Amino acid sequence: MGCNDDRFLDREPTDVLSDDQLWSDNSLILSLLADLYDRIPEYQSTQNWWNFADFDQAFGSSYSDYWRHKNNKWDYSEWTVAWYDYYTLIREVNLFIQKAGFYLNDNTIKARYIAEGRFIRAAIYFEMVKRVGGVPLITEPLSYDFSGDPSYLRTPRSKEHEIYDFVLNELDDILDDLPNDIEIKSRATQGLVLAMGCRVALYAGSIARYGVNTPEVTLVGGEVGIEVSKADTYYQKALLLAETLLDASKYGYSLYQENQEDLSANFADVFLKKANNREVLFVKDFKLQSGKTVNFTVENQPWSGAEDLEGGRMNPSLNLVQSFELLDNSFQTFQTKDAAGGYLFFDSPEKMFEGRDARLKGTVLVPGTKFKGKDLDIWAGYVLADGSVITGDTYGQRKVLPGRDVEEQVVGIDGPINGLEFSAQTGFYCRKYLDPATGSGQRGLKSEVWWIRYRLAEVYLNAAEAAFELGKVSIAAEYINVVRRRAGFTIDLSESDMSFDRIVHERKVELAFEGHLLWDMKRWRLAHKVWNGETVPLTNKPWKADEVSNRVYGLWPYKYYNPGDENDGKYLFKQVLPNEVTGCDYFRLGNYYSNISDDVLSKNPLLVKNPNQL
Amino acid sequence: MMKVFQSIIWSGILALLFVCCEYDNYSEPGSLLQGNLVFNGEPIHISNNSVEFELWEPGWQKSAPIYVSVNQDGAYSASLFDATYKLIIPEHQGPFRCVNNAVTNSDTIIVEVNGNKNFNIEVEPYYMIRNVGFDVIGREVTATFGLEQVITDEDARSVEKVSFYMNKTRFVDFQWKVADVSIDGEDIEDMTSISMTLTVPDIVPSQNYVFTRIGVKIEGREDMLFSGVEKISL
Repeated sequence: MGCNDDRFLDREPTDVLSDDQLWSDNSLILSLLADLYDRIPEYQSTQNWWNFADFDQAFGSSYSDYWRHKNNKWDYSEWTVAWYDYYTLIREVNLFIQKAGFYLNDNTIKARYIAEGRFIRAAIYFEMVKRVGGVPLITEPLSYDFSGDPSYLRTPRSKEHEIYDFVLNELDDILDDLPNDIEIKSRATQGLVLAMGCRVALYAGSIARYGVNTPEVTLVGGEVGIEVSKADTYYQKALLLAETLLDASKYGYSLYQENQEDLSANFADVFLKKANNREVLFVKDFKLQSGKTVNFTVENQPWSGAEDLEGGRMNPSLNLVQSFELLDNSFQTFQTKDAAGGYLFFDSPEKMFEGRDARLKGTVLVPGTKFKGKDLDIWAGYVLADGSVITGDTYGQRKVLPGRDVEEQVVGIDGPINGLEFSAQTGFYCRKYLDPATGSGQRGLKSEVWWIRYRLAEVYLNAAEAAFELGKVSIAAEYINVVRRRAGFTIDLSESDMSFDRIVHERKVELAFEGHLLWDMKRWRLAHKVWNGETVPLTNKPWKADEVSNRVYGLWPYKYYNPGDENDGKYLFKQVLPNEVTGCDYFRLGNYYSNISDDVLSKNPLLVKNPNQL
Repeated sequence: MMKVFQSIIWSGILALLFVCCEYDNYSEPGSLLQGNLVFNGEPIHISNNSVEFELWEPGWQKSAPIYVSVNQDGAYSASLFDATYKLIIPEHQGPFRCVNNAVTNSDTIIVEVNGNKNFNIEVEPYYMIRNVGFDVIGREVTATFGLEQVITDEDARSVEKVSFYMNKTRFVDFQWKVADVSIDGEDIEDMTSISMTLTVPDIVPSQNYVFTRIGVKIEGREDMLFSGVEKISL
């Protein structure tokens, strides 16, 4: 008595869903789509704070991250495309688009899913072109015929501008198939498509315009580099898309301005408040107790108030802090000494940072302020009358001061102490994205603060930049002022105040720690000038776009100890280079377009190497 | 009983160790290829870790080069298997351009490696630094030198700046320095006679010598040209 062979072997798998099953269930389609959204590549984000310490904006106060400040050049493979991962993802998206077209019947639903697939694909190609320039453009799922010779699947790299054009065309195409709904923040919407198109066109425009400054960074085939003649077209496109989106009556987005009492808290809330946030366009969202939470607050909470046995890792640099203007639109680096060379004394360390752009305290926790209602304790020790220093080498260490007979604290619980992780080794902690909710600093709970990929302030700055590059300077001033007014500036920038330096500077302070820095410096061709590898002191020209800034500096408060003196107990400051900073960031011309690995080049001989590399 | 089993297992492992194959199927690369970047036989000095070139060995299924780094004095060395290699200096490397090779009629150089070999790579620098001298008065060091423009055809490039670098170790360039001074190219009056002065800063721990050299940044070339490192006694 045998069994029926065919029926025995031909069974439905119990652990894999078939296409028929998946595409007939809306929630299954959504979870497939969610996975694709989730895998859109990212460089700096709250899920990897350490990448913020790769440049001159932050110090990594963690034993395993000091190397970031000791490197003397970046490898050509830095920031490159994980080739096989990215193309696997593109294949899956291509399959998603193909199958959505095949299995779905309802035309509106079908159109939206296909548009979302194309959005994700465009986003991936944008991430690729930012990293390595033109790449092979694959828009169909490729299949191998098992003939023994797969070489027919080889595709050469497209020109750099062809990838940008592809992305822009795709976004134009899908606009009408997507909902116009301000409440949707983690899926593609019309607003998002306009915002992304604006950024993409701006990048292409500036590569065309500023690429002439680095003629070596081009390939004859156009895989790298965009002709300068295309610049205006891209800038016009960027401005047009921005202006469309900024029409509040149609899309309803506006800057977050709920807290007019405290503009710094308002700025911090842009990133924290999910309810009624009309500024945010696109996020990677997190939710408590869902398995998808973010560790940023655990990693970066001030040590003195830490809810767990870690924190304090990301320390914003003095380079960044001194970039925030005074409220009269002027720049001033921090003065620690008077004209005669004596220290300047402050009743509270916070006084040093008063009268500046509200975004400073919205982005950075400066000494003398609070987090979660607890005072920060950032001071590096006592300076005695003869200038000598008494300090400790553990958090809040106690010693006996001269002339006293009991031990007392001689250094802040938050440091700064050179080489001691979690202490504020630059004198600062990060505030942007740091979750003030109770429990957010516990490993077991973490935080549900979202990571914002697109928000309206950037669109304003994109519009300002595009207008400025097109010679429409008064329009540029108008847009930049919208963003600056929210930061507390009462005097608008005039047409004559506008300059390229202003554009660069505004993005630096508004968009710090939001993942823009590297791509901005690349497209302006400023990276090799600012991170030039030369050992130089901290700049005193923070307004200057091409000023060298390749090492992370700090500003440490000390208490003055001189019983009987009028300044006893007051604070003074010293500018320091943290001991762990021994190298200078060195961005070489070959870093503008990261390399494609020898392995990939060897498998597809149609691919050409990027310039200035080995 | 357990003991017996254990000893059987251990002796088995021991036996395996003795009968295993040799460590490696290939012997290590045994031939040393070494030499210098030269112009008419004179070494070209560069900054530390700035110039690399590629050696390709054709005939294998996959193709990927061997990368060879050049030292700051222009010397290089590589341990290789005996074979015929194609040597390529990629575009934009170094303060020089490649010389056309008569054999390949391109910038590719064929290098036969069969045992140890000395091989100098001839290149054409945009400039040569000539007549370098350092005078010491107290803690002031004055460098004097001249620049000779080597490439004067349509590929000629101007000098962006010249710099005088000083360091406490033998590694001296724009990254490794305790003091430096620069003159912009357009401010140089006489290319054949340039003079620059540096004061030796306090060095901790103190030492009675420093290392110095001259660097030249050439317009549109990323890698700088240098003179040889000199030890200056104070």
